[in-house]
This record gives sequence, structure tokens and C-alpha cells, in this order.
Amino acid sequence: MNVKTPSKLEKILKAGHLAVTSECGPPRGSDPEAIKKKAELIKDHVDGINITDNQTSVTRMCSLASCIHLRLMGLEPILQMVTRDRNRIALQSDILGAASFDIHNMLCLSGDHQSFGDCKQGQNVHDIDSMQLIQTVRYMRDEGKFLGGDDIKRPPNMFVGAAANPFADPFEIRVPRLAKKIAAGVEFIQTQCIYNLDKFEEWMRLARERGLTEKVFILAGMTPMKSAGMAKYMKNRVPGMDVPDELVKRLAGVPKEKQAQEGIDICVEAIQRLKEMEGVKGFHIMAIEWEEKVPEIVERTGLYPRPKI
Amino acid sequence: MIVADKKPIEEIVEEVKDCDNILILGCNECVTVCEAGGKKEVGILASALRMYFLNQGKDMKIDERTLERQCDQEYLDEIRDIADQYDAIVSLACGVGVQFTAEQYHSIPIYPGVNTCFLGATEERGLWTERCQACGQCVLARTGGICPVSRCAKRLLNGPCGGSSNGMCEISKELACGWQLIVNRLEALDKMDDYEKIFPIKDWSTDRAGGPRKVVREDVQI
Ligand code: SF4
Ligand code: SF4
Repeated sequence: MNVKTPSKLEKILKAGHLAVTSECGPPRGSDPEAIKKKAELIKDHVDGINITDNQTSVTRMCSLASCIHLRLMGLEPILQMVTRDRNRIALQSDILGAASFDIHNMLCLSGDHQSFGDCKQGQNVHDIDSMQLIQTVRYMRDEGKFLGGDDIKRPPNMFVGAAANPFADPFEIRVPRLAKKIAAGVEFIQTQCIYNLDKFEEWMRLARERGLTEKVFILAGMTPMKSAGMAKYMKNRVPGMDVPDELVKRLAGVPKEKQAQEGIDICVEAIQRLKEMEGVKGFHIMAIEWEEKVPEIVERTGLYPRPKI
Repeated sequence: MIVADKKPIEEIVEEVKDCDNILILGCNECVTVCEAGGKKEVGILASALRMYFLNQGKDMKIDERTLERQCDQEYLDEIRDIADQYDAIVSLACGVGVQFTAEQYHSIPIYPGVNTCFLGATEERGLWTERCQACGQCVLARTGGICPVSRCAKRLLNGPCGGSSNGMCEISKELACGWQLIVNRLEALDKMDDYEKIFPIKDWSTDRAGGPRKVVREDVQI
């Protein structure tokens, strides 16, 4: 087991366990309890907790501060960082800030366009892209240097992740794009929410064919649907989301008050199927504003208790 | 070319309402092609303003003139003899022309009559789209001749992002995803292997980020 960082997530994955991560969105305010409460709900059922970085471009408490709150609780945060809002100075500086609190995981993203959020008239930065952010943090960690070439005293020691969306277009570049992220230095992948399991399987097959599943840990992204309405919204409104008609029908086919439970059941069934899929190394359960359901999903899929490392 | 769009007439009225004598100054280059600031548009704006001020009971003298170029001193000199008589000039040139005119006629207020939008081309009559952001270090050789800086909403050099859907960008179902276009071109050129080469971090110092830019060419200086 060639572990490179102090990350617990890395150790679990390299020990051959199926990993479980989840995510918490920071509050739209400065109350630290909001993020701590969410983390409390899931902490015993997951190996790491992603903190989103102003997701859908809606201004919130920053990801870094939220991660620090979690770290101070003794938990394992995964710092999400988007390249939309910060240039290379700010990104490197935040990476060091995170490392100073011994935050050992990071997820490199480009971020949703600001037109989705509450600051539609704002500028975006995009000084570097997510691929280059992966390279940046690996360079800082492995070479111990800033992008400018100077030495870093006590370099950051992060396990480096990125997202992959097998359902976005064009499909034919989705595996090459994964290969590119691996070449850039990514070590784990959390995928977009998977509803179309056949398409995901096809993507995994192509990734396996190129040997990519041997080079990176792929955590399958899962988001339980709360209602048929949510399924329809995700299908029609969220870019890059693939929600099959059968799933919408199945949810719509049960009475409204039972749809949430049906959504959890669908998620559990999907995880059961994906557990058997070669190359899937864990699950990233994004129960959006529904964190209390994560323990049930983890327990029902036989992923509980979590390994002690 | 530089693509501009008309400013709402109310905005122009607001700037010139206290004047008695103004010149509407067009430009015969880009803004003529994009039908925002050529001779024809100078005439239309002048008539509309005359009508407006007549209705307001105000007698305003509005002259029209269109120069070959407003980004060239030689042509700007053509109004040297008459410029002084105006209380203001409304320039329908791009932002470059407006500023160059202001620099030449230091004591006369110059107001922009158009919004300068981008560097683009005419796709069809009445439709202009962006093609370049003048980043100063052109990468088109590596991206199949399609510009990721101006045609990707996040100017990703290693796109496409996860929001690309059916050829369209995540920000609008009416906007082509620049990276889908790049991939299509790389496929047509049989250069998909190039897709997997990671594009290194870009030097943006030749872009807006580096401050006001300059091109100095000693070989052509006299
Ligand atoms: S790469 Fe730069 S110079 Fe080339 S077309 Fe794009 S913005 Fe213009
Ligand atoms: S959808 Fe395409 S054009 Fe839009 S931001 Fe993503 S890669 Fe760029």
C-alpha cells in the first residue's frame, strides 16, 4: 500500500475498502452550527465529507472555513475548490491555508457558471481550469513549489480528486477526458449523480478497457430523489444530468407521501448494482439538504460500519 | 471586426439634452458592417433625435458626418475645421473610435452612441457572434481553429465541462458549446489524439490581465 498523504480517504481506498463520502453545503449565513449539525448527522457513516464551494454559484459561507469547522470536530473534510472565483494566487493561497489546518483532501472543479447563481452580473475568473488546478496542487505537493517556481516551506499534503460527468456531451470524449485528468495527476474521482446506470456501465467499460480504473479510484455519485417533481426538474433543468423516463415514471407512480421513500429505495438498489461493477471503488452520496437520510442508505447497502483506519 | 450594437436613444438623449448644436459622427468601418454606426445609422439617429427634441419644443441643430475611420488621425483631421462649433459630438464608432476622437478634440465632449460588444463576425443578416477576445497569444493552432477563450463560457483550455449538453453550453440552450465545436473539428481533422494533450496553464499577461497593451513594430516604424 503506497500511501502518499495523511488522508484517511486515501488509506481506506488503498486498503481495498469501498469508500463512502458525502457532502454538505455550507449555510447562507455565518452560523457555524449549520454546517456542524449537518456533519453530525453523517459523520459515523462516511469516510470523508465534501464541502461544496458556492455550488450553483449561489453565495454561501466559504468552503475552506466550513472545512476547518469539520477538521476541528476531528472529521475528514474534502475541500471543493472551483476555478470560477479565484485566480492562481488565491487558489494556491487557499490550498496552503487548508493544509495549515491539516485538511488532506481536495476536489478540483471548474464550477457552475455564475449565471446560475445570485450574482449573475459578476465577473468570473477562470485563470486556470480544473485540469490545471489538479496539476497545480500536485505540483505544490510533489515538487514542494509554487507555480512561480519558489520553494514552499511545509508543502500541502493533499489527496487530489476531481469530478467526472459520464453523462455530459460529447460522450465520446468522456473517457479520454478522464484519461486526461489522470495524466494531470488526479487520484480519485467523484462522478456526477448516476441515474442512467446503463450509460454509466458503458462509460466504466470504456474506462476499464483503457486501464483507467487501475489508475484512479472512482467513487460513483448518488443522489436520492425526494419526489417525482425533483426528478423532472433534474431531468429538464440541470445541465449534464441524465434522468431516464422510467425513473420519473416509477416515482410518479407512487403516492406523493411515499415518493421520498421510493427515491431512497431507488438509490439503494442502484448502489447494490454498482457495488458489483468492476472499477467502482466507492460511493459519493450527495443527499442535497437531506443529510439525515445518508445513514439509512449506507446501512441498507451493507456499507456500514465504516472501516477504522 | 469589432461588433457594436445601438445604444437606447434615451441614453443618448440624456447626454445631449442640454446642447444646442451637436454632430453625429459615424464610421465607415466595422460599425458600418454591423449596421450600428455607419452613414445609414447616423441618419436614422439624427432624424430620431430631431423628432424627439422637436416634440419637446427644443430647437436643436443636429449635423451628420461619417468618416472613413475614427481610429485614424488622418481621417479625424477632416473635421478639424468644424469641430469647434459643436457643443458635443456623438460618435457611433466603436470604443476605440470614440476615444481617439476624444483625444483629438480635447475640449469637446464626446459621447458614445453605440455599445461596443466584441470581436466577431456576421453569421447572417442581423446576427453577429463573438470569435475572439484578443488574448494576445493565439491558441487556435491547438484547438482545431475554434477559440476556447471566446467560445467557451468558462474559457476552459481543457474542456468541455460537465455541463455540455446536446452540443449546447450549460448557460443557454441557444449557445453552442465551444468545446463541442472543438471536438467536432478535431474529429474532422483526424486529430483526436491532440485532445488528450493537456493544455498548460496559460500566460494571461498578454491578455487584459497584463494591463493596457501595446504592439511595437520597429520593422515598420518610420
Ligand atoms: S486564442 Fe486568443 S487571439 Fe486566438 S482567437 Fe482566441 S482570444 Fe483570439
Ligand atoms: S458547456 Fe461548453 S462552452 Fe459552456 S462552459 Fe462548458 S465547456 Fe464551456
